[in-house]
Amino acid sequence: MLAVEGLRTVFRLPDGRDAAAVDGISFTVGRGETLGIVGESGSGKSVTALSIIRLVMPPGRIAAGRIEFDGRDLLTLGDEEMRRVRGRRIGFVFQEPMVALNPVYTIGYQIAETLLVHDLARGAAAKRRAVELLEAVRVPDPARRAAEYPHQLSGGLRQRAMIALALAAEPELVIADEPTTALDVTIQAEVLDLLRDLRQRFHLSLLLITHDLGVVAEMADRVAVMYCGRIVEQAPVARLFASPAHPYTRGLLASIPGLEPGKRLAAIPGTVPALGRVGEGCAFAPRCGDRFSPCETIAPDVTRVRPDHDVRCHLHADAPARADGGGS
Amino acid sequence: MTPLVDVRGLIKEFSSRGGWFRRGTSVRAVDDVSFTILPGETFGLVGESGSGKTTTGRCLIRLIEPTAGEIRVKDLDVRALSTRELRQARRHFQIVFQDPYSSLNPRMRVGAIVEEPLIIHRIGTRDERHARVRELFDLVGLDPDAAGKYPHEFSGGQRQRIGLARALALEPSLVVCDEPVSALDVSVQAQVVNLLMDLQKRLGLTYLFIAHDLRLVRQICDRVAVMYRGRLVEVAPAEALFTSPEHAYTQALLSAIPRMQPGQKLDRIPYDPAAFQRLPLREISPGHWAAV
Repeated sequence: MLAVEGLRTVFRLPDGRDAAAVDGISFTVGRGETLGIVGESGSGKSVTALSIIRLVMPPGRIAAGRIEFDGRDLLTLGDEEMRRVRGRRIGFVFQEPMVALNPVYTIGYQIAETLLVHDLARGAAAKRRAVELLEAVRVPDPARRAAEYPHQLSGGLRQRAMIALALAAEPELVIADEPTTALDVTIQAEVLDLLRDLRQRFHLSLLLITHDLGVVAEMADRVAVMYCGRIVEQAPVARLFASPAHPYTRGLLASIPGLEPGKRLAAIPGTVPALGRVGEGCAFAPRCGDRFSPCETIAPDVTRVRPDHDVRCHLHADAPARADGGGS
Repeated sequence: MTPLVDVRGLIKEFSSRGGWFRRGTSVRAVDDVSFTILPGETFGLVGESGSGKTTTGRCLIRLIEPTAGEIRVKDLDVRALSTRELRQARRHFQIVFQDPYSSLNPRMRVGAIVEEPLIIHRIGTRDERHARVRELFDLVGLDPDAAGKYPHEFSGGQRQRIGLARALALEPSLVVCDEPVSALDVSVQAQVVNLLMDLQKRLGLTYLFIAHDLRLVRQICDRVAVMYRGRLVEVAPAEALFTSPEHAYTQALLSAIPRMQPGQKLDRIPYDPAAFQRLPLREISPGHWAAV
């Protein structure tokens, strides 16, 4: 469905240098598949999402790569063509619904307008469809809610309204950037359950961007872990949690609280370097307990430790290819 | 053991003024809340946004004036203190805020930020205070030579350490931690959580730990209180709360925490807000209280 190859998105720093927020990443999202992209702030995960829908604003720009969606390279489309893909075939859900929803129009109007813009329905039919969509995302009393403005809804309902808006044009791919981060845990659970259900009903492909490993564990089929603009590890979700290969992934999993109450947590020392402050070698090297001679000078390549498990780390650079595909 | 903190019947009402055509209304954000915290204990207060947990924490140290109730911290009757006495008493109870970006004055050097409480309380000479600031930087794992920098030169985790150094300057016995790590990146959260635990051991601190991250609460709290619509619905030792929750709301809340096991079946327990009743807490088993 979606194949991103060698995507590089750079930002012009005040001193005139270009810094790569996304630095040569490749991944695919299959039809009906959910890929989770996990990373902390500064990892480049949100810039990746914006790059796919070509909404990177100056001083940022896409410097290299291909973004193949349903057989076409989105980076070669004209603006008008791109607009038809955006919203119509790729829907998006953001962390903060108040940014995506227009405060001066009712929820129902905004959904109906989307249908009109994409030539899917108009007039009374569009209104009816808007109510149906609100019902599909389990907004109680959808006919009444359709006539309300965004500020009249609670956080959870607003998030649902945005999901309804994202689904209005029946897109094949939905990009959700931290869709539940601003929500309380019980509301988060409801929204995740809803997304899971909609994914099945509409055979959606989902690109789920989050910092929360718990959300990934519940939702994703496969996971890509990002650090400083690079994908450092990519694997099926069960594999990633059971046998993480990259020291950063291991560190993230070990620092999850609540597993051994009362004990100190296994923290990763140091902090994520600022954009443009990444050295020559592996970006994680300064924080890595396993670093050795090549790490600080040579950036590691991708090693395929299993047919479905890639890692970018010198520790695994010599891993012999396994014909049997078996690991642990 | 005598509790360090003893709160009884705490009530906080917020009223909105009426307009020309509207009568004023009042909302009870904290509704008859009672609890105690023992010296050296970490007492967790969890609940969703709007449940009243932050308001409770702020009423406790009178950053917000409570409407009714009794608050004792050490041997002080907190509600009876005059403004002047309260300022003196504040050295015993401090607060660490959620947002390490807005809680530090951007125009002050971080050394001055940490020193300020010492000046206000007229503690030590200039040289003694500066030595104390270096000590505090060292205590929270910051380079004492960085005292001349401004807040924006530090990362979020480091700023939270600065906030902590300031809170600890007056050697308080109680620290209210209001979502102290929720604005931090996952990999940095663990560092600050470890620091909080280390400091508690070294300095014998007592924490009121307000958080929405239930995993984190399980990690560091001795006892936990669950708040819902301004009321405590359950108070129990952390392990008992997480393994055998009694109140239907607590059960729903715990079932919503994402499991870290991919592929595991999810058993969410729904909670119907209409089923909520204002019941008093009663002791189900020793130390385990629930409003059922």
